[in-house]
Amino acid sequence: MATDPIHQFQIVNLFPIAKIGNTEIAFTNSAAFMLTAVVAITAFLVIGTARRSLVPSRLQSAAELSYEFVAGTVRGTAGAEGMKFFPFVFTLFMFILTVNMIGLIPYTFTVTSHIIVTAALAITVFLTVLIYGLWRHGLHFFNLFVPKGVPIYILPLIVFIEVLSFISRPISHSVRLFANMLAGHITLKVFAGFIVLMGGSLGAIGWAGGVLPFAMIVILTALETLVAFLQAYVFAILTCIYLNDAIHPGH
Amino acid sequence: MAEPLNTSTGHVPKGEHKGAFPPFQSQTFASQLVWLVIAFVLLYVLMLKVALPRVAKIIENRQKRIDDDIADAGKLKTQSDEAVAAYEKALADARARAQTIANETRESQATAAEARRKTLEGELNAKLAEAEKSITATKTAAMANVRAIAEDATRAIVEQLIGSAPSDKAVADAVADALKR
Repeated sequence: MATDPIHQFQIVNLFPIAKIGNTEIAFTNSAAFMLTAVVAITAFLVIGTARRSLVPSRLQSAAELSYEFVAGTVRGTAGAEGMKFFPFVFTLFMFILTVNMIGLIPYTFTVTSHIIVTAALAITVFLTVLIYGLWRHGLHFFNLFVPKGVPIYILPLIVFIEVLSFISRPISHSVRLFANMLAGHITLKVFAGFIVLMGGSLGAIGWAGGVLPFAMIVILTALETLVAFLQAYVFAILTCIYLNDAIHPGH
Repeated sequence: MAEPLNTSTGHVPKGEHKGAFPPFQSQTFASQLVWLVIAFVLLYVLMLKVALPRVAKIIENRQKRIDDDIADAGKLKTQSDEAVAAYEKALADARARAQTIANETRESQATAAEARRKTLEGELNAKLAEAEKSITATKTAAMANVRAIAEDATRAIVEQLIGSAPSDKAVADAVADALKR
């Protein structure tokens, strides 16, 4: 049980909430960590900005840094008009970053290691792009699939590829985050399992030899911290790039 | 995606889990989606209405403060530039005035010296003229004496040579004649 690398992804129903048809809606460990992230992010930003000082404290500096980091990403990628999506991108980035980071703490649960969560987020982005693009540009939005200056005889092929890549966006968008978090946590757990396995089967020598996988865990934890940040950033910047398509569909 | 599945079948003892690999257990999807929507919408609203405006306000205030300070600094710089210009003007004026005073002083001093020199020169000239006059007088007197001595000497010489004294008139004529030459 302790060395099972998959157990950490188990959804546990803490208490049921409602039952719609045959589907049971329950408050789960996943939900608890989602709400923990919401509380943590809100507390971080509200407490950080409580003093509203001109010369920021460390926490205020961090809050401002997160704001300006995401604002810079949105403005740089989607332009000034993209700033109307800034709260959305900021929420996405902070939510994913926070649940990723919480997931690195031992005995916690990683919300983004479930494909249904990352897929829901990716589809939200996809639908936002699609609906905003159509509302803003009408049918001109489909110019997105018709690059300018392409010879007419290969245009059908190009349009086909463009449409395919557009439709496959939410898949790559969600699987990238999900697979990174899942694989990272499995790897950590497998190496941790080696220590117990060696200690259990080889006694004192095994426990001494366990130093090696333990060192590996230390290194991997650093790597996973980077991945946790990087995947949140990648998710946010891809969202910006997709939103930029909705704002400026003419390639 | 297939790999974690293989890992799970490789490591998990049978009967450990109720069903498939946890991320693919579809009976958990509804609960996760419901709570994801609740959490995400809640976070979005909190960010939109509470957190982000606060941070934006702080950053905006700071930017405003910096802009104000820069404007103030510019104003002060203009003021100090003006002060420097005024100071330099005052300095130039003072220099010019000092120059004028120096020139005036020099001129008045020169005039005074000239006047004193002229007075002294006049006095000296007067003294010189007086001295010359006395020299002339002395000379005239001396010349008169010379005539008398010459007449006496002539009379004495002639008396010695011829034994009788010549007339005063003849002696005076002869001396005058000799002196003329």
